[in-house]
Amino acid sequence: MKTPEPLIFKHSRSGRSAAGQYPQGASANVPEKFRRRKPAALPEVSELQAVRHFTRLSQRNFSIDTHFYPLGSCTMKYNPRACNQYAMLPEFLGRHPLAPNSVSQGFLACMYELQEMLKEVTGMKGVSLTPMAGAQGEFAGVAMIRAYHRARNDLERTEIIVPDAAHGTNPATATMCGCVVKEIPTKDDGDIDVEALKQVVGPNTAGIMLTNPSTCGVFERRIKEVAKIVHDAGGLLYYDGANLNAILGKVRPGDMGFDVIHMNLHKTFSTPHGGGGPGAGAVGVSSRLLPFMPIPVVGKEGDKYRWLTEKDLPQSIGRLSAFMGNAGVLLRAYIYMRMLGREGMHRVGEYATLNANYLMARLAKAGFDPAYPTRRASHEFIITAKKQKNDLGVSAMDIAKRLLDYGFHAPTTYFPLLVPECLLIEPTETESKEALDGFIDAMVSILKEAETQADLVKSAPHTMTVRRLDDVRAARQLDLTWKPAAA
Amino acid sequence: MANIPADLKYLDSHEWARVEKDGTVTIGISDHAQGALGDLVFVEVPEIGKSLSKGGAAAVVESVKAASDVYSPVSGEVVAANDALGSSPELVNSDPYGEGWLFKIKPSNSAELQQLLDAQAYEKVVADAH
Amino acid sequence: MPFIPHTDSDIKEMLAAIGAPSIDALFDEIPAALRIKSLAAIPEALTEMEVGRLMQARAQTDGRPLMFLGAGAYDHHIPAAVWAIVTRGEFYSAYTPYQAEASQGTLQLLYEYQTMMSSLTGMEVSNASLYDGASALAEACLMSVRAHRKSKSARIVVPSTLNPTYLSVSRAITEGQNLSFEVLPYQAGKGTLQFDKLEALKGQDITAVVIQQPNFFGLLEDVDAITDWAHANGAQVIAVVNPLSLALFKPPGEWGAKGVDIVVGDGQPLGVPLSSGGPYFGFMTTRMEHVRQMPGRIIGRTVDLDGKQGFTLTLQAREQHIRRSKATSNICTNQGLLVTAATIHMSLLGSSGLESVAITSQQQTAKLVDKLTRIKGVKLAFDGYRFHEAVIQLERKPGEVLEALAKRNIVGGLDLSKQYPELGNALLVCATETRTDADLDAYASALAAVLER
Repeated sequence: MKTPEPLIFKHSRSGRSAAGQYPQGASANVPEKFRRRKPAALPEVSELQAVRHFTRLSQRNFSIDTHFYPLGSCTMKYNPRACNQYAMLPEFLGRHPLAPNSVSQGFLACMYELQEMLKEVTGMKGVSLTPMAGAQGEFAGVAMIRAYHRARNDLERTEIIVPDAAHGTNPATATMCGCVVKEIPTKDDGDIDVEALKQVVGPNTAGIMLTNPSTCGVFERRIKEVAKIVHDAGGLLYYDGANLNAILGKVRPGDMGFDVIHMNLHKTFSTPHGGGGPGAGAVGVSSRLLPFMPIPVVGKEGDKYRWLTEKDLPQSIGRLSAFMGNAGVLLRAYIYMRMLGREGMHRVGEYATLNANYLMARLAKAGFDPAYPTRRASHEFIITAKKQKNDLGVSAMDIAKRLLDYGFHAPTTYFPLLVPECLLIEPTETESKEALDGFIDAMVSILKEAETQADLVKSAPHTMTVRRLDDVRAARQLDLTWKPAAA
Repeated sequence: MANIPADLKYLDSHEWARVEKDGTVTIGISDHAQGALGDLVFVEVPEIGKSLSKGGAAAVVESVKAASDVYSPVSGEVVAANDALGSSPELVNSDPYGEGWLFKIKPSNSAELQQLLDAQAYEKVVADAH
Repeated sequence: MPFIPHTDSDIKEMLAAIGAPSIDALFDEIPAALRIKSLAAIPEALTEMEVGRLMQARAQTDGRPLMFLGAGAYDHHIPAAVWAIVTRGEFYSAYTPYQAEASQGTLQLLYEYQTMMSSLTGMEVSNASLYDGASALAEACLMSVRAHRKSKSARIVVPSTLNPTYLSVSRAITEGQNLSFEVLPYQAGKGTLQFDKLEALKGQDITAVVIQQPNFFGLLEDVDAITDWAHANGAQVIAVVNPLSLALFKPPGEWGAKGVDIVVGDGQPLGVPLSSGGPYFGFMTTRMEHVRQMPGRIIGRTVDLDGKQGFTLTLQAREQHIRRSKATSNICTNQGLLVTAATIHMSLLGSSGLESVAITSQQQTAKLVDKLTRIKGVKLAFDGYRFHEAVIQLERKPGEVLEALAKRNIVGGLDLSKQYPELGNALLVCATETRTDADLDAYASALAAVLER
């Protein structure tokens, strides 16, 4: 893994091509004013060169298939291969998004049933599958909250309440929707400060965005009370589904009192993360938000399925993608849910929680400090390396980087921001006890190294293709594209 | 220990202000602030002629892992901005009270200057933050 | 238990280490009243074999009709190597490259992608992707409002020949931020922007003018004149392009005297299957001076502690995880895997391969138009210079014709009669390099038969 792989452009030679891939002998008669004068600087390589280059690049990645990947708040669970194989049947791959309903009944049936299953596991009254990622689902959710208040002529409700531990997308989304963000603090036990919430709600409250279990890795115990406070003030509750895996099959956002939720299908329903997407951020709504769902949605009349559009949902917040979102991802989630089945849904939350609590208990015993030691872990938990930082000069980042040398992907670091030297660890239910024990052994070993040879940890990683990278240089001397002259 | 010059005024959000002989006020971020942010990679200064109000966001300083708004300690019109920071944001790290200044304001309400912290009071703010 | 490896003894040992009597006890902080009783509406689990059979049956229900539909999603050949590599676990099951040292593969690939996309569009910098073409246009409009500080109007001028869904999506996504969209008509009979309507806006504060090339009807706009007009009138220009067409046509970076300011589009024609509309990916390129206003992830090349070349996420202070409510966008995870496909696809085809695909698609569409317009009751709406789509007009309602064609296993195009009622019974048709001459004949004879009835 240590040998560098040159840029693809270095393999390029003028006149070389993978000519079997495209029609030969085509020539065009393009009017001068439209004609491209100089060809784009794409590489000229053989098929083997391309295959070898990109295969070698793939080997410079950690992934779930190759490494334990306990990235908190990201739910890096196993992505079953069957989901990929059956979503990539040629008929599904070849189906045009605007094909008539009469030649789309098979696909639409899958989407309709996926909507129904997601309604059941979340306790919501309607589901729209179109948002293409969690952040777009959040956008849809807040836009629906705004549309709801507006439809009631309640125009002053522009404030969105967000706990200080929230994902950065929450405040960013609120701003995108033209709302003002009001932050409320988190208490020392990880629950939100309900007294502070009471102070901040009022006639301007549009809603509150909550993740439950929160990003602190604990369940918000006073959730019913929170719901009542916000509802009594005229606001709505938004559920950020980033941590839905923790409670799948155990408790439903709809039963907690939430009016709208987004689900990260690439987390809870195990579609691949793809090196940064594609995700899918389906939204679920309570009955009061049904008219505002983003379109299209799949409807059923008799035994026929059809798209519901502007005509069916005239108050919809509109379309968020050119077609219907990340359909191929939705198919994968559908297949996964069918394979889990009813009993499997309950097991997800149970074993994700078992694994997290086991890791937390063992790491605490080994000398690491859980950030919320009096609480149960949800599907994830936080270790704070504040003590190691103060006593040994070894930071959370150092531990994270050293873990790479031990063959483990690092946990999420420095999030949530309110916990110093934070390591947010989420093992997921698909990891075996042996994998968890291996991780614990590595953490124990790193702690020992930190005590005896701190420099080894502070200068990690040592076994990757590259050592720590100069981020400051990357930002100050921007080098964002390869140029032949600079090569 | 961060350097806190005695002749400057401060905000508790870590900006400093210096009243110049011509009556304008030069503004920057404190040594403590630059240290906490780490190596700066980008500084956005306000446009000349822009009118700012006391406590309003006036500039942005960015490091690799953080971005902070810089608030104006006084109200007034921006009369100069430190263009050198466009290519050399590191000046804020190396010389926060000198070459790393951010912008100058022609104050519209000199009484506001009296409300700023003196060095001693700001030193306490920094100490309490630890 | 599917996907859960725990044995009974594992569970026992783990609970003992935790000090909990049962798995259920781990949920004791959740109020009892909230606990789920049952999930009756979820069916029983299927085995892999059973789910495979189900999905195959569903797929066969839809079949593989012969297709002449584009409208933003195009059926091109994808080399076998592309998805063979994309679905390698190391790409497929990795996440956003936050830990740069353990993600150099994805990061280097994205840097190569940024280089290819900048060159293809003739611009200086590219981000690492957005969701799709439509939402990329919405982001471009928001970006233009941020980047164009002299314009205070947040007013975006778009031609009515912009893909209508792109406009709907842009309106929906920017709804909370007080942008206004002003739609300019196309010239009747010609199908391209009516330039004097643009001229009429002279002297007004416009933030950006959007140009789609080729436009929604498949026609080429006079992009040089529009770009120069916009710049002369103090507006930025946002180009919406089909990346495949850029192998053949002048890139937006060279439109007019100065080139455009922001380029967006959907990357689907670069190695991404139709797949019912997604996942695709949006791309965005711009000039260096606007890079800090660009949304989405950006990869930079730098060095490690030993001075060795390496790649990392950069300019992260624009993004939501640092800037929170002041971020350029709320976007985070988007379409990484599709960019992987596009980068491999572009490497395999190169400029000459993409050009050849573009030319062949253009030629097959020209042939299709020729064959269809020989049929009685079918005529061409606009005869300007085209890429690979065309508008034809029928004497019968397009919806009925399309249904009749679907019965003959042909997807015959897009019914334009609702979005462009002034065109009458209009149909947008498309052929790519994957439609053979025999396919074109099959469509022509089916259409003739349907229209005869």
